[in-house]
Parts: sequence; structure tokens; C-alpha cells
Amino acid sequence: MGIFGRLSDWLKNIFGKRHVRIGIYGPPNAGKTTLANRIAQDWAGGLVGEVSEIPHETRKVQKKGGIVIKDGKSSLRIDIVDTPGIATKVDFHEFMEYGLDEEEAKRRAKEATEGVIEAIKWLDNIDGVILLMDSTKNPFTQVNITILGNLEARELPVIIAANKIDLDGSTPATLKSAFPQHEVIPISALTGANIDLLYKAMLRKFKRR
Amino acid sequence: MASVNFISRAKLEGLDSEEKLDFILNEVKKGQILVLEKGLTAEEQAKLIEMTMKKINEKFAGIEMESYVNEKPTFLERIFGRKKVRLTIIGPADKIKTIYKDKDIIKAVIK
Repeated sequence: MGIFGRLSDWLKNIFGKRHVRIGIYGPPNAGKTTLANRIAQDWAGGLVGEVSEIPHETRKVQKKGGIVIKDGKSSLRIDIVDTPGIATKVDFHEFMEYGLDEEEAKRRAKEATEGVIEAIKWLDNIDGVILLMDSTKNPFTQVNITILGNLEARELPVIIAANKIDLDGSTPATLKSAFPQHEVIPISALTGANIDLLYKAMLRKFKRR
Repeated sequence: MASVNFISRAKLEGLDSEEKLDFILNEVKKGQILVLEKGLTAEEQAKLIEMTMKKINEKFAGIEMESYVNEKPTFLERIFGRKKVRLTIIGPADKIKTIYKDKDIIKAVIK
């Protein structure tokens, strides 16, 4: 790294990085695109992607830049990176249960596997992560553990968002006790409940990178 | 009938990371369920998921994998930001299914 690069890093360390790339990660159907859309609509206008009840709706990384989150005098400029859901298995038969024909289900499965690979590779290109978990489900899944382990190994700042608190059976306290070393914010990306708490956490966590 | 193979720490330590993941995925694709005495690191798990995705087809739907991490890392592990993975169970997704998992228990059924 040249002298200007070192100077730039030094200034960033002192004043905080002005522009950070935040990845939204999690298993399929956790609500990642719903959250990305919520953030985009609240601070920039427009949508990041389409949502669906069929798993693996997002099969390519989707980005939206120029989002400025503000809280009083504090602000943070971010690019949101909405990633495909990470899974250890993709079975085309599951898509057929949602009414897709076999050919379409196989195509979707193939694209979903490529999306998982892309999401993992993007871990090397982001500055911080919102790890989205479905608070109606058991948090001790391998996908959650693998993602968190990789974030810790890369020393990336992470906020866990316990999504879907608007649904019956949501237990965000389970997520808090499962991952006591991380900040867990209970939210509903769909209704916007507690979303202001997430924005405050993002300003705290991602500003000085 | 599915067989469960317990793989010793010594066997795994004799392989580099790529050889280890190749070995695991080849065994799982043959239908074997593996219990690794020395678990995979988080980076190895991510790499294994990537490799698995490339192999998925109509006959192979992927893997089921479960592991525990040491929630009380040593001083050195804290410094380097890495937690030791205590144990990993890996099998083909159509043969093994996790039905319950918490901090201390993994319950799985083998089909």
C-alpha cells in the first residue's frame, strides 16, 4: 500500500469511513429482500428486489447505493447488498410444492445454487453485515453458525436482526440467549416495527469502519 | 441402509484443507454419514457449502451439516478471533435430517 493509501486508512480510522457496504445475509425466506426494500424505501426511495413466499426468490446479489441513514446529526452513507439465502441443500422438488412445473423448478434450483456461491464470495467485499434470522424458527442452524463464524474470522461488524416479530410464535429472546456475544435487534421488516432501533444500531456499529 | 463413519482427528489432521473437503464431499456423495472428531472451521464450512452447491443435481440435493463451536474460546482463539469447532456431523440431505438442535444437543434422524 502506498503512502496515500496508508494516509487514507489513517483518516478513515480517525473520522470513520464515510461510505460502507452492508450485506444482508441469512437463510432463505428470512426476509432479507423485505428488509432491503424497507431500508431503501425509508432512506432513498425505490425497491431493491421482489419478494415471494417461494424460497430462493433472490438468486443474484442485488445492490442499491446512495442510501443515507440519519439520526439527529449522525449519518451513515451505505450501499445495501441484498444476498441470496445461504443453504446447504437445494432440492428442486421443494419448488414444485409451490406450484412450479418440473422444468422451472430445476432451473430455479440451479440458479439458487449459483446464488449461494455468489453470496459466500461477497463476504470478501463488504464492510459489515446484518444477519437476518427468522425469530419464529430455531436459531441454532448450521447456516447461522457458519455465517457468524465467517464474520468473526473476518472481524466484520455484525448486527443480528430477529425478524418477523409480528408473527405468532416469534421468540426474539431465544436469539438473544443463543448469541449473547452479538447485538440482537428484534424487528419486523414487513411492518416496520422496531426498525428505528435497527437504524440506530447500524449508525453505532457500522460508522467507524 | 445408511452407514455412519466416525473420522478420527488424526485422519483429518493428515489432510490439508482442500483434501479434507474433497474427502468429505466424496464420501457424502456416496451416501455416507460422517462424524468428524475434529470439526471444520467456519471458513472450511463455507468452502464445503460452495463445493456442495457445484455438485447439486437431480440426484444429489446437497448436505445436512451440524456442528458445535466452543463458546469458551482460549486466550489465543480470542486474539485471533476464531472459535474451535468441536464436532461436525455431515451427511447427504436425503438421508439425514436434523430434528432438533440447541447449544448442547443435536437430534438427527437417519432415513
